[in-house]
Amino acid sequence: MSAPGSTRRRPRGRERNRALWFWTFVGPFVAGLALFTYVPLAWSVYLSLFDAHNTVSPTDFVGLDNYTAMLGDPAFRSSLVTFAVFTAFIVPATYALSLGLALAVNRLRFAQAFFRSVFFLPSACSYVVAAMVWKLSVFNGVRFGLANTVLGWFGAEPVAWLASTDPPWYWLVIVTVRLWLQAGFYMVLFLAGLQRVPVRLYEAAALDGARPGWQTFRHITFPALRATSVAVVLLLVVGAFQAFDEFYNLLSDSRGYPPYARPPLVYLYYTALGQGQDLGLGSAGAVILALIIAVVTVVQSRVSGLGRKEE
Amino acid sequence: MPISRRQLMAGGAGLALTGALGSACGSHTGRGGGGSSGPRLSQWYHQYGEAGTRQAVIRYAAAYKEADVRIEWRPGNYDQQTAAALLTSSGPDVFEASGPTLDQIQGGQVVDLTDLVKDVKDDFSQVVLAPKTHDGRVWGIPQLVDTQLLYYRKSMLRDAGVRPPGSLDELIDAARKLSTGKVKGLFLGNDGGASALDGTPLYAAGLGLVTDGGEVGFDDPAAARTLGKLHRLYADKSLLLGAPTDWADPGAFLQGLTAMQWSGLWALPRIRKELGDDFGVLPFPPDGPSGRPAVPVGAWTAAVSARSEHREAAKAFVKWLWIDRTDHQEDFALSYGFHVPARNSLAAKADRLKTGPAAEVVRFTKEYGGAAQPLLWTPPSRTVYQDALNRVIKGGADPEAELRAVVRKAGAELRRVRKRA
Repeated sequence: MSAPGSTRRRPRGRERNRALWFWTFVGPFVAGLALFTYVPLAWSVYLSLFDAHNTVSPTDFVGLDNYTAMLGDPAFRSSLVTFAVFTAFIVPATYALSLGLALAVNRLRFAQAFFRSVFFLPSACSYVVAAMVWKLSVFNGVRFGLANTVLGWFGAEPVAWLASTDPPWYWLVIVTVRLWLQAGFYMVLFLAGLQRVPVRLYEAAALDGARPGWQTFRHITFPALRATSVAVVLLLVVGAFQAFDEFYNLLSDSRGYPPYARPPLVYLYYTALGQGQDLGLGSAGAVILALIIAVVTVVQSRVSGLGRKEE
Repeated sequence: MPISRRQLMAGGAGLALTGALGSACGSHTGRGGGGSSGPRLSQWYHQYGEAGTRQAVIRYAAAYKEADVRIEWRPGNYDQQTAAALLTSSGPDVFEASGPTLDQIQGGQVVDLTDLVKDVKDDFSQVVLAPKTHDGRVWGIPQLVDTQLLYYRKSMLRDAGVRPPGSLDELIDAARKLSTGKVKGLFLGNDGGASALDGTPLYAAGLGLVTDGGEVGFDDPAAARTLGKLHRLYADKSLLLGAPTDWADPGAFLQGLTAMQWSGLWALPRIRKELGDDFGVLPFPPDGPSGRPAVPVGAWTAAVSARSEHREAAKAFVKWLWIDRTDHQEDFALSYGFHVPARNSLAAKADRLKTGPAAEVVRFTKEYGGAAQPLLWTPPSRTVYQDALNRVIKGGADPEAELRAVVRKAGAELRRVRKRA
């Protein structure tokens, strides 16, 4: 028979063991998160309060001057408008296309895995590579570009897709490349959502006289996908805010970037990391952008009831 | 034999480490197996398009015996890479720069090289040395001179009955007449010319980006008049836009996509090889009563990082390569691409610059050459100006209103850098 104390020590040892294992697995990720996310975030806020030209350890405190300068900068405000226009295009377009693809693939009786893979495959492609293919091949502005070759069959003149501002054809290039890249990923999310809709709901609807097709979709499928839809829209909006790769690779040249279709991250990249190296002003812009994203996300979550239990 | 999970992971880690060690970005020892005494120096170059340039700089580094110079050949946005690297101590010791920029000089990121050039200062092209000089001190040593110019296809102009344009109005008319279904009249870059031309139209109007007194150089009605004319090129659909290669590459010109193209002297050997004598060169044509032909001139420069642990060794190497070894300088400028040597004495004796279009370019440069980017013309000023120029050319925006905003912003920038000094 063991001493009374020893029976109490064993659970403590087990607890210590559990804590040790917990930190063994979680510790590296927490350290990484702190080192690569929280420290730079804090440093960015710190830098935004200083005149930090060509230095990450500034000494010239300027208070909120960088914030007022950035908010008063027409180019930064214009970049926010660009983001709004891009979001207005890309969120509904991706939502509709990915949901449409998911519904189509979900109805397939055979080769469903094949089509799911085919539509998902572009998600594995790099944004940079896709942007270069779009720029140099599909929407090349000269007569032998793919899109212009097709137009040529109908006797139309070649279109400078990325350089035309009236009409702004560059939006077609930007939106289609992102649609191609991300529609498959969101299709998979919707497919997962569709497969979670109980079959008994459709059976009950059919018994009540609901016609298959639009009526069933509108009253059964779409409401059942509410949680997925909320998550998809949230991810799409945040993704649109973070737009950089395709814009930069489609529209930049060796000497800069045109004043149109310049999203916030591209503008901040040129401000802080271009030759200007105004890290204080760039950091202020980054903080403003982070706050806007946070506010939009919170508002959107409240409105859509993200995380609320489904009834 | 079955492989355990531990062996597999160890093998994977070993492979990853080998890969990481073996793929140091663009680095090269610069040693041909020979040893050298002295410290190890890292030297960065941007990626030149001309074949043989990289091998040449590796050869120069290998010939230097006082230090172990490692060459890094860096593709991509080189200026941004160096700007970021100068913030750390892991950047280059010696680096090529299109600047250094005024903020880099004022921020103490580059080393004063005045004492290296003191004996040969007058031998350098003053047009390219001026933007490397601040407060009487030299912060970078020009490696070569790059000139921008207008190329035109003689046969296309002849067939269309068009003379080589001698004024901006003639250039606009010529571009319109030369535009047919398959060929455009003029290529100024895929953005319509804002970034390629930059301050060139202002020089053509007899103005500049910054005055000698350090004020905005285009607060003048002539500036708006000249920039406004550029919109006609876009409105007439005379401009080639969306070509597979941009203005710095002669690809669009050689493929017959355009009859005239704005590019650089560096493209001349390739153009001559493919078109023979069927091309001519011109400066950007003048505009208005005070106008003059414009030839923007720039220079890649050798600079030393202030964060280098071996500053004196780095300066000694720069002096050896870009001051003492005139044979290397001549080879670098003339044997691969096509550039004017930065030293007047070398340019004067270069046979390749004495005949044909190259000789014409040298003459233009002497007569009309001006710094493409004055030192006081900082990146924020350039961005706001190019944005305005883009809106004027492609959007038909009111040039006066656009320039008013640019003058305000550029004026504030000039005040900022003066205050910082």
